Amino acid sequence: MRSPRALAVGVLAAGMMSHQPHAQSFGRTPSASEIAGWDIDVRPDGAGLPAGGGTVAQGRAVYDENCAACHGPEGRDGIRDRLAGGQGTLASGQPIKTVGSYWPYATTLFDYIRRAMPYQAPASLSADETYAVSAYILYLNGILPAEGGLDRASLPRVRMPNRDGFLPEREFTAGWTAAR
Amino acid sequence: MSSAPPLGRRRLLAASATAGLTTSPAGADTLANVPAREPGAPLSARSERSRFVELGRVPEAAPGIRPVDPVDAINSKTPFDRLVGSITPTDLHYERSHAGVPDLDPAKHRLLVHGLAARSLVLTMDDIRAMPSVSRVAFLECTGNGWENWKAADPTLTVQNTHGLVSTHEWTGVPLRFVIDLVGGVPSATWMLAEGADGAAVARSIPLTEEIMAEGILAYAQNGEPLRPAHGFPLRLFLPGLEGNLSIKWLRRLKFGDQPFMTRWETARYTQLQADGRARQFQLRQEVNSVITAPSGMMRVRPGPVRISGLAWSGHGRIVQVEVSTDGGASWQAARLTAPALPKAQVRFEMDWVWAGAPTGIVSRATDEMRNVQPDRAAFIARTGTNALFHYSAQQTWRISAEGDVRNALS
Ligand code: HEC
Repeated sequence: MRSPRALAVGVLAAGMMSHQPHAQSFGRTPSASEIAGWDIDVRPDGAGLPAGGGTVAQGRAVYDENCAACHGPEGRDGIRDRLAGGQGTLASGQPIKTVGSYWPYATTLFDYIRRAMPYQAPASLSADETYAVSAYILYLNGILPAEGGLDRASLPRVRMPNRDGFLPEREFTAGWTAAR
Repeated sequence: MSSAPPLGRRRLLAASATAGLTTSPAGADTLANVPAREPGAPLSARSERSRFVELGRVPEAAPGIRPVDPVDAINSKTPFDRLVGSITPTDLHYERSHAGVPDLDPAKHRLLVHGLAARSLVLTMDDIRAMPSVSRVAFLECTGNGWENWKAADPTLTVQNTHGLVSTHEWTGVPLRFVIDLVGGVPSATWMLAEGADGAAVARSIPLTEEIMAEGILAYAQNGEPLRPAHGFPLRLFLPGLEGNLSIKWLRRLKFGDQPFMTRWETARYTQLQADGRARQFQLRQEVNSVITAPSGMMRVRPGPVRISGLAWSGHGRIVQVEVSTDGGASWQAARLTAPALPKAQVRFEMDWVWAGAPTGIVSRATDEMRNVQPDRAAFIARTGTNALFHYSAQQTWRISAEGDVRNALS
């Protein structure tokens, strides 16, 4: 007969065994539509952009209704981050970093608005509204004309004024910069 | 190295007795004044701090904008002026978020792992907690730590204001590597997007370096308990030694790719403007750093023995040496580490000093195992300019006036 001590050890081991997982037992495979619902990022080459489009004029209406309260009437003088102007200030004692003066990729604007803005109701704008308000912010920065607009094809082609203003750190980006 | 000979124990005791006499007359103290013993309060489910101990963070809205109503705050700083040892108390770990602190139900939380991987997976918190775990004591530091002193030194700042955006905890979770193996490996991926379930869905592209693959953790616990909401409950990424915002809180998605995704945080936000108007990008490592926490900003010292105490840390590895100068950086003496230095963790140092009463500056400098030495401010600014906003790691000088007032200074 086994001693109580040996029995206890055996029980303990069995208990541990029953929690001992094997690889296949973790998680489940998501459906393609589940992934699509969460896969919100947009890359500089345009990968991830949804169908749709919007104009500067449409964007002004979206902006006035959803954004101006925090970012000011024309992307300036709001209670939150300034979104326009500042070009030519980056090497001065008082650099002003805005979408127009600092951001290297227009795709980042779409990505950021889609994931984070308007602040109090993220992800509440449609794809068309997001294209439109992105176009309007680029217009406020002199990057798109008043009659301009954006869609999946044109957004990645927008050349931002500060596109070449960044120095990627070699230690972390060597492979990527070499591939460019 | 040192200008003054090391103080013998005898002399130190003598000095402290003299100082003692000038401050608290020995005759006033009597054991008769110590309250009598009595039965204490009932035991409890949680240990609260003593009513005699006052500890709290300071919420801030921007450099110099503090204290603020917490709804306007973007960060909240650790009170290093009142902490000892090397580990940060759980509730005082610094806090930074971009859209507040979400209230996530772990039963409903999911992690989606997909992209350039052999297969995609959805994991529950039960799945993740059932995986083999690792624990690691390491610091986490906001890239904004030190941002108060880029252009000028406000003399009213405490060390909580200047350096309160770094903390050290034991973090527990699943090795990143384990999850990568679960999806069948990611041989063609070089970058990984990590995304949070917060209102801003904060997301960063993480280069899949050997170091990150080996040391990354999907953490669900801090100091032995589930993460607190402010720190990412129920799940966060933890990347030792690298800028804090990479350690995405409230982690809900990992996507593998072959190039950076260029989110707002790695373009518009956490990039460092240099003097020429160009910006360093993916400057991810937290450099060797140290600060004297006592005596520090807004404290007062008296002539006589002063024990200098502080913290040192480096994203490159272990701290191997901390030196302290009590003459504004002219000469240096080795400080003593009060605990074993762990890689990429804060460690406390101490040094005994006798302040003669003349105005001076006290400053520390740390050296890590890769032989990186913390630069003085002039050398640091000559290299980076004053516009970078993030990644400030120059030596911190505290000026001491003839009256003994300790104040923040540039050098
Ligand atoms: C309730 C206030 C509020 C509203 C409304 C709002 N935002 Fe914002 N916005 C913010 C805050 C706060 C930040 C900064 C967040 C941070 O730093 O993480 C911000 C940041 C931004 C930025 C990034 C600025 C930069 O240079 O980094 C952009 C772009 C932006 N908002 C666009 C929009 C758009 C477009 C809308 C309307 C659809 C909008 N916002 C509505 C509060 C608001």
